[in-house]
Amino acid sequence: MTLKQVVNNVAEMPASKKAVVDINKLSLTFQTADGPVYALSDVDLTIEEGDFVSFIGPSGCGKTTLLRVIADLEQATGGDISINGVTPHEAREKRAYGYVFQAPALLPWRSIERNVTLPLEIMEISKEERVKRAQEALKLVELNGFEKKFPWQLSGGMQQRASIARALSFDADLLLMDEPFGALDEIVRDHLNEQLLKLWARTNKTVAFVTHSIPEAVYLSTKIVVMSPRPGRIIDVIETNFPNDRTLDIRETPEFLEIAHRVREGLRAGHSNDE
Amino acid sequence: MMSGQTGPVCVVLIALLVLWYVGAVFMNAPTQIDRYDRADQTWTAGQLIEDTLAQDRPILPAPHQVAVEMYKTIFAIKITSKRSLVYHSWVTLSSTLLGFGIGTLLGVLLAVGIVHVMTLEKSLMPWVISSQTIPILAIAPMIIVVLGAIGIKGLVPKAVISTYLCFFPVTISMVKGLRSPQVIQLDLMRTYNASKWQTFWQLRLPSAMPYLFASLKVAIAISLVGAIVGELPTGAQAGLGARLLAGSYYGQTIQIWSALLTAAFVAAILVVIVGWCERRVLVRMGVKS
Repeated sequence: MTLKQVVNNVAEMPASKKAVVDINKLSLTFQTADGPVYALSDVDLTIEEGDFVSFIGPSGCGKTTLLRVIADLEQATGGDISINGVTPHEAREKRAYGYVFQAPALLPWRSIERNVTLPLEIMEISKEERVKRAQEALKLVELNGFEKKFPWQLSGGMQQRASIARALSFDADLLLMDEPFGALDEIVRDHLNEQLLKLWARTNKTVAFVTHSIPEAVYLSTKIVVMSPRPGRIIDVIETNFPNDRTLDIRETPEFLEIAHRVREGLRAGHSNDE
Repeated sequence: MMSGQTGPVCVVLIALLVLWYVGAVFMNAPTQIDRYDRADQTWTAGQLIEDTLAQDRPILPAPHQVAVEMYKTIFAIKITSKRSLVYHSWVTLSSTLLGFGIGTLLGVLLAVGIVHVMTLEKSLMPWVISSQTIPILAIAPMIIVVLGAIGIKGLVPKAVISTYLCFFPVTISMVKGLRSPQVIQLDLMRTYNASKWQTFWQLRLPSAMPYLFASLKVAIAISLVGAIVGELPTGAQAGLGARLLAGSYYGQTIQIWSALLTAAFVAAILVVIVGWCERRVLVRMGVKS
């Protein structure tokens, strides 16, 4: 496999797959007491069905804000964005996505199973069905057997897996993940990355994943979006072509290192802009 | 945990009893010496101490006098008797519980309104706070008189005073408790497109439970105070407040102290019951025990 096959530019890719997220000239400005903050500026991006897209960049580059705009947790102040052809607001009403936050955000008074069934309860799905789906979701993150435990009885990594199960439980096609493993140590993180990749390959979901770890982004993604702060913008989009059943070993390959290098160069270029 | 507390609690109790006895001897000695003088009687220190602790209407009755009176009026008398402290406690307790129930409900409803409706916070909160700046002793007779004038007498006016006192800590704590969910948890509910109602039941209310119970302990105790205060202006018909008032009319200090201690015990038992409920609920909510 040559580097040219692994690395492709977005423009060269055939646009055959269905666009899940379509962003055009999107911008978001926060009005603060110290004047406007340009969180996002002129962002163009398409996320296609089955993509695993990572957003990487230094803090303040707007990667989390962009994810929150997709999730309708923030509203853009300019440009267009559509999720499955409708506005983010309508997509949220249709429960089109599962969101995984930086912290597990499990409700401490609910057992793991009841945490996973929380969205199903809100969606008024029958109890029988809720328990069945919770079982399936917990199996996907290898947490079966922990249904009756309370969150404090689980380690940080297990809690985050439970929160992923919760996002999977209602089977949305789009998974939005905001630095889900950022607070975990590297060994746990590697393990969860492997699990997440398997899960993605098996379920064929579309994933948008915010991170500030280069190896994580390169290992997981089919498409890496490199962002830069002040104003938050996209400075590079890198497509990768690793096989779906890749293991952590690919991190030693020249292709992997080459892409990691390109990401790092992008980050550096973006950074030098504001000095 | 109990065994760790029993020792210190006993030490404090013994110290208090000793202080009380010493206080009783010194407070009652002048009248006792007076009495000896009028009877032209010689006396010794031992006799003085013995007599100061056995007066009929002492300035400060000795603990055992109060204990004997409490035993008589709680256990030795039929509970339907007008002299039974059980009867009077029940009268006070019933209006305490009614006031506590209504006050808690009112407090929670106000908090729910204040948390969900911005204008309610602006318009209601100052009134909630200023309501508590009026001395209850000043407003209690007004409530009794006004309600009496429109034909509401007995249990309800006293319960209204309890309600007036106990809704306040519940409102303040519940406003804080209902706002205690983290932003990330509220965002989570938003991603599920949860309604305000669902967010309230699934997130805000459970988050507020520890706050609610902390305030209920305060509320139940001041609810009892409210009921007792409410009994004072009614002409001392029934209830622990009535016993206090009747005792002070006739200089029956032993009776006053018995009623006082009984009120304290009732309050303590109520607080313990609330604490027990709190533990039950929090354990069910998966709190580490």
